[in-house]
Parts: sequence; structure tokens; C-alpha cells
Amino acid sequence: MKGRRVTDDAKRSGFSRRSFLRGGAAGALSGGLATGLLTGEAGAAAADADATETVGPGPVEIELEVNGVASRLAVEPRVTLLDGLRDRLDVTGPKRVCDRGTCGACTVLEDGRPIYACSRLMIESAGRSITTVEGLGSPDAMHDVQQAFVDHDAQQCGYCTPGFVVATAALLARHPAPSEPEIEAGLGGNFCRCGTYKGIRAVVAGGKGGGVTGG
Amino acid sequence: MADYSWPEADRRAQIGARPARLDGPVKSTGFAKYPSDQNPRGLLAAKILTCPHAHARIVRIDTSAAEAMAGVRVVHVIQGEGSEIQWAGDEVAAVAAVTEDVARDALRAIRVEYEVLPHFVTEEDRDQAPGAREAGERAEGDPDAAFATAHRTVQRTLGMPQMAHMCLEPHGQVCSWAGDELEVHASTQAVSTLAGQFATELGVPASQVRIRTEYMGGGFGSKFSPDRWGIVGAELARKANAPVKLFLERDQEVTVAGSRPSAFARIRAAADEQGKLVAWDSDSWGSGGLPGTGQTPLPYVFSRLPNRRTRHTSVPTNLAGSRAWRAPNHPQACFLTMAVLDDLADELGLDPIDFLERNLDLTGRPDTYREQLATAAEMASWKERWQPRGREREGAVQRGLGVSVHTWGGRGHSSNCDVTVHPDGAVEARIGSQDIGTGTRTIVAQVLAETFGLELHQVRVSLGDNVYPQSGPSGGSSTVGGVTASTRRAAQDALREVLVHVAPRLEAEPEQLVAEGGRVFVDGDSSRGMSWREAAAQIGGAPISVQGRNPGPGRLISSGVGGVQIAEVEVDIDTGVVHVERMIAVQDCGLIINRRLAESQVYGGLIMGVGYALYEEWIPDPVSGRLLNADMEFYKLAGLVDVGSLEVHMMTGPGYDERGVIGLGEPPVISPGAAISNAVANAIGVRVPYLPLTPDRVLDALAGRGGPA
Repeated sequence: MKGRRVTDDAKRSGFSRRSFLRGGAAGALSGGLATGLLTGEAGAAAADADATETVGPGPVEIELEVNGVASRLAVEPRVTLLDGLRDRLDVTGPKRVCDRGTCGACTVLEDGRPIYACSRLMIESAGRSITTVEGLGSPDAMHDVQQAFVDHDAQQCGYCTPGFVVATAALLARHPAPSEPEIEAGLGGNFCRCGTYKGIRAVVAGGKGGGVTGG
Repeated sequence: MADYSWPEADRRAQIGARPARLDGPVKSTGFAKYPSDQNPRGLLAAKILTCPHAHARIVRIDTSAAEAMAGVRVVHVIQGEGSEIQWAGDEVAAVAAVTEDVARDALRAIRVEYEVLPHFVTEEDRDQAPGAREAGERAEGDPDAAFATAHRTVQRTLGMPQMAHMCLEPHGQVCSWAGDELEVHASTQAVSTLAGQFATELGVPASQVRIRTEYMGGGFGSKFSPDRWGIVGAELARKANAPVKLFLERDQEVTVAGSRPSAFARIRAAADEQGKLVAWDSDSWGSGGLPGTGQTPLPYVFSRLPNRRTRHTSVPTNLAGSRAWRAPNHPQACFLTMAVLDDLADELGLDPIDFLERNLDLTGRPDTYREQLATAAEMASWKERWQPRGREREGAVQRGLGVSVHTWGGRGHSSNCDVTVHPDGAVEARIGSQDIGTGTRTIVAQVLAETFGLELHQVRVSLGDNVYPQSGPSGGSSTVGGVTASTRRAAQDALREVLVHVAPRLEAEPEQLVAEGGRVFVDGDSSRGMSWREAAAQIGGAPISVQGRNPGPGRLISSGVGGVQIAEVEVDIDTGVVHVERMIAVQDCGLIINRRLAESQVYGGLIMGVGYALYEEWIPDPVSGRLLNADMEFYKLAGLVDVGSLEVHMMTGPGYDERGVIGLGEPPVISPGAAISNAVANAIGVRVPYLPLTPDRVLDALAGRGGPA
């Protein structure tokens, strides 16, 4: 189906996919395409100028609170909250694994709500309060959920753990004794590769998650 | 000669206990800094441009536009004009820039012209494979005569595809040069061997390469070498004169950074009227990408089966080369063998556990398997719950039970460990090993604490750095034996030195003294003793430092384990959806250092096993030669709710403990594919010939379209 459509397009436009790539390689075609796209976008932006504030593509000054600390920085609009946290603020608890909203390793709280930091632009979080796994507790003063992850050995390599801890804390804050559908909704968006779900189940069953406010 | 041994059962305080892993708090709070979390001052971000074609020649490459971009520091051509590319995803060029986004922009500005060449990526279609290599035939006894006179024979064509390691922390590293000294924060399973490999490629002495891996986000057999991206990262850092972080993007990670070889086989097996296996004939093939793949060990576990013939064909494809995936070759061999034996048991009208028991003399460890089968059957209430195939329950959801057995070696690797006792009583171990999530840091601490009679918080373990004494790569379940043996030898030697200093004060011989419960005292008379701190003070002003090695004297480790797993599944015959309700694992691994961590290894194996049994596979597109699912949406891992109830029973105590320490990482991941496939066959009455057991394959099998039988 998809293959046929490509063939039809190729006939219409008079060049094959390979000659298209070769053309791109020579640099002649791509420049024109890029210019056209930019022109189109600029035109659309101008038409909406009254309704919508347009920012970027250069760095934009934003303020947000991360783990209780106010941060002011300039980021390009295309920078995700995850990359901004990790690369700009050196807050590396949230991990980049799938980078497209599937695995949950980047889960953070935004104003107390769990979100995938990889699927949000940092400028969207301007003015908001972000809590990462580091903001829930520290090795010497662990949050109950963090302590439970240790007690139940709910971690091996530990790379999925920050996301799971945040998602579990958010789940238990809302549902101290979650039902199976609530567990599925709360933790079905996080993946572990080492296979620590048995321990995570035990953490959830323990239910010691109250008091997460995300502040 | 000094004696090296583990304490008797009644004198163990740490070994066999269940302490929590020592790095649990730093991991669960996000304070643990992984290699990919390192952000040294002045860091540049690097990205790699890969080839989109499965087979191609690079005609022209033009990096000028990328080089001219603001923020781009170095553009490095990895494979230049004229190079032949053999798989999609192979590395062509790399860029180091001030941010990741700028580096990605620069990749898009690199122009590469390819001459596209023919490719082959579908190895299950062996007859179409160019370059297939037959490994030759091996035969024992007279299989033809045995088949001719056998009571029952089954023939099946079975298979499982290539699958990915899917480490959550992608492969990669941060490289920093100070003059001609290189420091690499690497996500690796091989801290002690990496430096030499970097050094050779980069033309610097290995003594000037430092490797650091305090934590790492999963390897599963795929992270033993610097890889091309490691060398490229170091080159970029050298050219840029700045630290460079280079970790693979997820699509690259799935495509080039590790896969398990596929395995297909046409198998015949036969038994006599007593249910004894009498003949085996297998014609297997598979691929691990471009290098093809070695022979799968068939028949698995029942390797003394008489009258057998095996052939194997290695099929190269235009896909990245496979890597050691947890228990290399075993999950494939296990599935191919246990599925056929399960079908043969059904043909004979036997309960599969009964059938396996009748043939245990064909295995290397009949007594272990007999005990394990009995234990697992009891845990599963097998006798009450198992029913022969073909007894459908009312409704769409059918239930079934399946069993499998497996084996592994697990002997400890070469390892050196420095143990130091300070005059203030502080005790530490330094070892060039790595904790890949298995708990290595914790078990080394337990051995130290056990030997000196201390608590875990009183000892310190330093690992994950090649400045510490060489210890082997973490692969093949070899780490626990290696590091506990070297640590124990060093610790026992260091303690003996301390006791020489202490003995005169207690008017005793050193051999009479023991260190237990934070004290050193005359064995049998605890009143003649002193605190550990006081004892350590007797050594004088300088610390005692001793290196222990493995291999070495004394019976501390061993190899060779067995395991039995039972799966219980529900299959919806309207939708083809399989759900694993319950998995039971019975496993031995000799002397267990940490029960909690040992159980975690087995749970992890079961869960990974549910993944490859039901969901995981590389799906190469025959047309483009690229993977269709180089992501985490369509390359599916098992999630929390996909895994049913898990029960683990570790065989420990007399009969097991005396064997010493044996590795555990591989064994529990071997049987799940076979056990789950057998449970599905038991539930729906027919064999689904291929893993993973996706709904389409289940429905095909139910409709009689399961492929050639």
C-alpha cells in the first residue's frame, strides 16, 4: 500500500526516489526545499500573529522551578524539558531512553502531575514547578517510595528506576491502595529491562506513598 | 599452604543473608551518576550519521556544509568514499558540536551519495540466502535405524527471530583528554579490559587510558568492547580538545548495538514404548547478522540422547552483527528442544514431566533435575491442575501448563582484589570489576564483612575503575564466582596477618583466633578477645594490604547448574492473545551469597523471558533492509501488567552449599520461551511453531496455518 503510493508520487513528480536522494546529495534540491518550507512557515506565522505569540527559533528566556530551586535560563524552543534538565541544569535523575514518550524513564512531576519530560518542550514548563526523582528525597533522607524500592530490591541496573519512582509516588499519592486498572494506568507507561516488576509490585502493594505534593 | 574456604553454615553472618543492595539509595533517588549523566565542563555533544541502506557503496560524501555551521567543532568521516556498507545503521560520519541539537542539524547537512546494492535480511527463508554456510553434519549411533523401529516420532519446524538487547542506557561514553591521557566514562561490562582496546586503536599506551563505570544502565552481553563509537568519541574529543559525550540514539541502539541470533530448525525426535528417547535428527539454521551464527547445541540438556544427527547452516544477512545475549545459544536451543520433546510426550500420551523424568539419564545432572522437577511440580500443583491437550474449557479463554529444563556453567572468571586493613580498623576492597545491576558491589562487601566479622556498613568496596586490580568482564554468569573468590582469598590472608599481630596479646596462637561479631577472640572462649578496632590497632602504623586472585587454591567456586521452570498461561482463542498467569522457577547455583539479589536475578530472567516469549523480535523490512521497529513502541518489552505471578525457589543448603559459588545471571532466562510455548500448546491443543507468541501466530496455528510441520 505504502510502497505503491511512493511509486505513484514518483511518476507524478517525474523523478525516482533514488534520483531524489542523489539530487539531495548534490545539494541543489535540498536548499530550495528548505527555503520553501521556511517561507511557508513564516507566512503562516505572520497570519496568526495577532492570535498567537511566536517565539524562537533562537533561545527564549524562561523561568521555572526545579526541585524547589528557581532557575532562569535561555533555551531554544526545540529543547525538550528532559534535555534541558539533563544538559542545561545538570539534573540527571530523569533518564533519556526512548526519547519519544513510550518508556517512562524521564517521568517527572509538573505541578504535581506526572509527565514524560522527553515529550514536553522546556518552554512549555515555563512558570511551572518541576519535581524530579532527586526532589523527592536524597540517599540520607529517602522518600517512602524510594525507601520501598530499596527494601523490595525493585531495581537492578537502576536506569529505569528514577522514572518508576516518580510514577509510583504519583500513583500512590492519588490512590494509596490502587486497583489493578489504576496500577495499569499509573505504571503501564514505564518499562524496565532487567526485570524488576516483582519488586515494584511489592512497593505498590505496600502503599507507602502519601505526602507527595510535587512541591 | 593456607586454607581458603567458606565458613560453615552455622558460622555465617553475611553469606546467605538478604541484605539490601548497597547502591539502592543512590539509585532510587537519582543521585547515582551513570556514564551518560557525566557533564564535565566544556562538554561537547556528538552524534553519528548512519547509512540508511542495508547494502551500499559510498560514492561521495560532502561534509563542507556541516563544517561551516555555527557551533560545530569537529566533523569526522568514519567510512569514506568507496567504502562498502553491509547493514543499515552502520556508521558513516560523526559530528561534535556545542549541543545535541546543533550536532543533529550538522548531520542533516552532510551529503552522502550511495550506490545501493542488493541485500538479504530474511534468514528464515534459508533457501534464498546468498552465502549460507553449512557447518557440516555430526552423527552418533544409527539414527535412521532408530527412527525406523521407534514407537512414536514427531517432526516439527520451529524458530525464533533475532531480538534486541535493548539496554535502557544506550551504548556510549564520555571521553576527556588531558594531554595524551584519556579518561573514559563508559557504559560497559568490561572495565578492566577496555583500556587496552582503546589504546590500540588510538595509538596511546594502555597505561594512559582510564576507564570508569561506577554505575551502568544494562548490558546483557552487549557491552564488552569500546565499539566504533567509542573510538570515534575519543577521536572527536582529541580533535576538539574538549570532552565529548557520545551515546547512541534509540534507533541506533536497537539496530546496531546488540541482538541475539535467530534459530530455526527442522527436527525429528522419536521414543520407544517406554517413553525413552531413542533418536534425534535436526537441521538447524540461523543468523546473527553479517557474521551468520554458530551451531545451536542440540539436543539441549538431553545431550546423551543416543542415535542423533545434527546439521547446521549459518546464514549471513545484511544486518548488524549479533552480540552475546544473556546465556548465548541456550534460550534458542532450549526452545527448539523442549518444544519437540513436549510434542513427543503428547504423542506418547504422557504427562510431560513424567516424560522428562523417564529420560533424565540422558542429562548431565539427573539427580538435580529430578529434585527440581518434583519441587516445581509441587509448587504448581501440577498433578491436580495439568490436563492433556485438547480438553477445551467452555468459552474463549483456554488455560495451559508447560514445563522446561535448562543448564549453564557459571564458573568464576579471572579476578584480582586488593584488600586493605587500616590500623583504625577500616577495611576496604578494590577490584577492577563492575556492578552491572546484579549486585556485585554488595556481594563483595558481604564477603569482606563475613571474613572480618564486621557489619556491611563497616567495610568499603571500590570498583568500576581500571586503576583497581584487573577483574574479568561481567559475562556468562562468571562475575559472582570470580569476585567472591578473589575477595575471600585476599580477606583471609589479610585477616591472618592481623591475627599474627593480635595473638601475643591474647596469649594464643594465630590459628586459634577468629573474627566474628565485631571482635577477635580465641575460638571457643569469647572472653579471651578484643574488639576489632583494638585488634586492628595491633598491626602498627602501616596498613596491611593483600591481593587475592582467582583462580587460586581452595574450594570456593564451582560450575554447572540446572533449573526447571513451569509456566501457566491463558490464551484467548478468539483474539490469539496470550497472558502469562504464573511462572515458577526452581534453580540451583551452589552457595548463595545474597538471597535477595539471587532471587532478583531469577525474577528478572523470568520477566525478560516473558518478553521474548510473547513480544520481542527484530522485524527487518525485506524491501528496504531496515528494521521496522527500531524504537520502543513497536519493539515491545514486557510491562508491569504483562507479567503474572512469579514464584522462585532457590535450591540451597546441604548438597548445594558445599559446591561453592556458581553464577546465576544466565540460567533463569533460558527456559521461559520453551515453558510458555509448551503451556500455550497445552492450552490450545496445537504447537505455535514460532516465537514470539504474537496473536497472529497463535491464530494461524489454530487455523492450521502454523507453517510446515
